[in-house]
Amino acid sequence: MSSVEALREPQRALRFIAPIAVGLIILALWFLVVDVLHAAPRALPSPVAIVGQIADHYDIILEDMGITATNALVGLAVGAVVAIVLAALAATFRPIDGMLAPLVAAIAVVPIVAITPILNTMFGASSQFGRQYVAAIAAFVPVFVNVLRGLRQTRPVHRDVLRASGANGLQTFRVLTLPTALPYLLTGLRIASSIAVIAALVAEYFGGPADGIGTAIASYAKSGHAALAFAYVAGGIAIGLVLFLVMSLLERLVTRGRPV
Amino acid sequence: MSAVIAKGVGKTFGTKAGDVVALTEVELTVEAGEFVSLIGPSGCGKSTLLRLIADLDSATTGELEVFGKPARQARINQDYGIAFQQAGLLPWRTVAGNIALPLELHGVSKKARADRVAELAALVGLEEFVDRYPDQLSGGMQQRVAIARALAEQPRLLLMDEPFGALDEMTREYLQGELARIAADTGAAVVFVTHSIPEAVFLSDRVVVMSPRPGRITDILTTGLGDARTEALRESPEYFERVTAVREALHGAPVERANER
Repeated sequence: MSSVEALREPQRALRFIAPIAVGLIILALWFLVVDVLHAAPRALPSPVAIVGQIADHYDIILEDMGITATNALVGLAVGAVVAIVLAALAATFRPIDGMLAPLVAAIAVVPIVAITPILNTMFGASSQFGRQYVAAIAAFVPVFVNVLRGLRQTRPVHRDVLRASGANGLQTFRVLTLPTALPYLLTGLRIASSIAVIAALVAEYFGGPADGIGTAIASYAKSGHAALAFAYVAGGIAIGLVLFLVMSLLERLVTRGRPV
Repeated sequence: MSAVIAKGVGKTFGTKAGDVVALTEVELTVEAGEFVSLIGPSGCGKSTLLRLIADLDSATTGELEVFGKPARQARINQDYGIAFQQAGLLPWRTVAGNIALPLELHGVSKKARADRVAELAALVGLEEFVDRYPDQLSGGMQQRVAIARALAEQPRLLLMDEPFGALDEMTREYLQGELARIAADTGAAVVFVTHSIPEAVFLSDRVVVMSPRPGRITDILTTGLGDARTEALRESPEYFERVTAVREALHGAPVERANER
């Protein structure tokens, strides 16, 4: 081990220990304020009570997590596919880019919260479609923006090399444009995955079927079951975290061996 | 058959400020197996001429033939290999993957590709590095990979646009020697763009001197240094004489020597 690596080793350990330490300190403070000092408002339950609720109700929490996660994933998949297709078209044909740019800018600034009640009403109280639609719109923007950017990152010298090798358009796309854009696509997906979960969850606050993490949080918070509501919040965090980690891992896998 | 024949070749770029004549009335023949350097100050059109021969840009006027075919056909038939100042390697491919790229594009079988890559890696002295990625290599090694890639299809013409321009002097001289050897071994004609006078003289059979505004050929000098491109050549009086001759051709007048003042 070189001296530089020897220096890095504690730093790497610190990278893992630091956030865990911060989390533990916050939990301890939380515990102190609620359970020892009894200084918290009624709506803030003890962390112990929340863990207890998770243990008692994990079956229904998991069930609702499944509903919300499915909505988020369907939205992410549909939004991403549409984004990739449109970005490819925009990158290939200038006029299409001109037509899409203002549309995407408009979609990017539409507050999801604003259209969700309309969509929920539009598709009815028994359909998950409105929620999935909201997640798809939310996931679309980061994927589109990143993929379009990625498709334009090919370097002139690489294009020259391929042209000089007599490569046709399809070959150029396969060996140059696509690999160049891939890290951008994965960055877009990683960002979109978190946003899709948030969108799917928030959409539940505005109607639709009486299931899912968001619906549960809203109704338990209102009926005074604060600890159970927080247990559901933990479930929501878990969905977002798992999706984010899966996407980060995918990004690592695809971009391994490449310089950043 | 001549490798390259240019007759009255010109190139005009349309810009917002009006048309810019990059190259005008170029008459040049490069024989098979001949090493020809294009030298001149920035804006003299030397790189433009190379790009026209490679069909990376198309000539505005005149006729350009590569092995008796239009430049476009020669490009599609892979009659030339090309290397640029930037190595232009694909960073997500290994050295072997980069060298094999042209072969892969032309549907050469996996087995034949592997054999050819091994041959080429040996030719440029990179046998031990075929599994590395480009960012793990030095600039000089990357440039050697680019040269190996240019040679993949055994072209009879090699086009090089300041391939050693970004390298340090020692690596540069080493690679010049390597290139001279490779050119002799393969018997390929070379069109070599540079702005280094010693480099042009050391490598070339003929040095084409160019001038800017508008880009044109002002002089063509035959070096007549024979086939031996060894380090000893760099110390020989003939070599210095040719360097002086090219310098004078570039400046358009005899250069006053310090000891003659």
